[in-house]
Amino acid sequence: MKTIFCLAEHRRNELRGITFEMLGKAQELAEKLEAEVFAVLLGHKVSEFADQLSNHADAVLMVDDERLAGFSQLVYQKILAQLIHSHNPVLTLIGHTAFGMDLAPSLAIAAGLPLTTDCIDLQISNGRLFAVRQMYGGKVNAQISFKGANQYLATVRQGVFQTRQKQSKGKIVNLPPPQEVDSKGKKFISYVEAEIGDVDISQANIVVAVGRGIKKKESLPVVQELADSLRGVLACSRPVVDSEWLPKDRQVGQSGKTVKPKLYLAVGISGAFQHVMGMRGSEMVIAINKDGNAPIFNIADYGIVDDLFKVVPALSAKIKEINK
Amino acid sequence: MNIVVCIKRVPDIGETEIAIDKDGRGIKTDKLVYDINEADNYALEEALLLKEKFGGCVTAVTIGDEASNEQLRICMAKGADTAIRLYDSKFAGLDGYVTAKILCSAIRGLKPDLVLTGCMASDDAYAQVGIQLGEMLGYPHATLVTHIDIENSLARVRSELENGLGMVLEIEMPAVLAVQTGINEPRYASFRGIRDAMKREIKVIGLSDLSLQEVDVGETGSKIRIEKLFIPAVDKTAQILSGSTDETASKLAIILKEKGLI
Repeated sequence: MKTIFCLAEHRRNELRGITFEMLGKAQELAEKLEAEVFAVLLGHKVSEFADQLSNHADAVLMVDDERLAGFSQLVYQKILAQLIHSHNPVLTLIGHTAFGMDLAPSLAIAAGLPLTTDCIDLQISNGRLFAVRQMYGGKVNAQISFKGANQYLATVRQGVFQTRQKQSKGKIVNLPPPQEVDSKGKKFISYVEAEIGDVDISQANIVVAVGRGIKKKESLPVVQELADSLRGVLACSRPVVDSEWLPKDRQVGQSGKTVKPKLYLAVGISGAFQHVMGMRGSEMVIAINKDGNAPIFNIADYGIVDDLFKVVPALSAKIKEINK
Repeated sequence: MNIVVCIKRVPDIGETEIAIDKDGRGIKTDKLVYDINEADNYALEEALLLKEKFGGCVTAVTIGDEASNEQLRICMAKGADTAIRLYDSKFAGLDGYVTAKILCSAIRGLKPDLVLTGCMASDDAYAQVGIQLGEMLGYPHATLVTHIDIENSLARVRSELENGLGMVLEIEMPAVLAVQTGINEPRYASFRGIRDAMKREIKVIGLSDLSLQEVDVGETGSKIRIEKLFIPAVDKTAQILSGSTDETASKLAIILKEKGLI
């Protein structure tokens, strides 16, 4: 029988959500392909994870070894390449996360597999697999076909697919660790904790976030004034932190913070998915952007298509007038 | 230290409307403005900083037609010592895998101590080329790199994970490091630098100069194929407030008032 592999992603004693999302999508594909879903679990002292995963897969292939205790792309790659070789899965899914971005492209070369990264959908049409992924900052979608062999590798975007439980528990298969793994050349040393700043934006009721559209640091006070008039906090998207105009703890998004305020006002933010990941739980979203086609308008409740340097001061003035 | 930096000419898409071309597999490019890919620009700066610290030479490499000379000249104006442009009409339609393969073929002979790339290009967003290049060269590699310290052929790097978390890795050189935006503060090219760079040579390398065959490159050598592009379907659209700036600001303030937010 055909198989689909999903690589379980875990960090610091926790299975990450992307794992179950991938397994959900894999189950849907498996029905169409008449395939079985195998969760591949590599780690040390992870039998508890195996039990959790068995509710979402036909089988859990587990390799428990102390060399897998920390993060090791090289050890993961070696074992996965062997498992792919011995089980011939039609498709192997890995999260398009920091971990997956490190591992999957390299594994694709080592195992000789075609790779499509950051998939937001996977479809079977006439027995062929197609992937959908985004380009140009999420403004364009691409339908991708895989060439050559009948074994493929795909990385999957977080937060896109639904998880689903299986009726019956899958079996757990303990596999022997490889005898020798050359992990020379790349060594995990330690984690670096997130910086803690003066304001915790994740606790705020009103967040006014500023993005690339602000163009220069000197313009920040204009947006700060709007945040103040709303009694909210000032946050931002990645480019503002990259330019060191605001500290990292003000960044909303995948590599920054997740916020769920009553109001999220996005100013000059186009809405790339990395940013949206951090704010889509907001109760109400308002976007101000010059580009009417910016993806941020797809998740906003209200929008103004205009120059932020005109709208923001005008809005601040109106709010102050009402507050008076 | 001999450093190679891989850069890419990409359209600026920030506040630009993107339209799909007739063929349906590419975008209309006539109205676009081009620049060095943002993450690559940070990689270039990191290479220049390392050169200033350790001495050596920085080579900027790109795949692209003559238009990419502009971006290579900016690299030289900022301080890159040499520039190489890899181009052949047979490269057309290449995917991330073939991109890495062509770069590998050209870079191997340069015997670099360090190869820096951006972690992702803003146009096709594969986020795979740097890592695959490393794997093909047989060098250790890391991506989303936000800090680099080098001592005795050992790179101690910080890589970004999710939710503000990072990790420290030790990577033996030669290595390929795919750099994340924000790692440094990229310099601007001076007018004098640009003027001087205009006179400098850009080495152009085609398929016949590389150890690759026609079947290895372009669409034939690629492992994936873009079947079609389409504008994403919108499941929810914002209610766009219309009118003059004063009117839209008023409307929005009233909505905020009604919702009890002010």
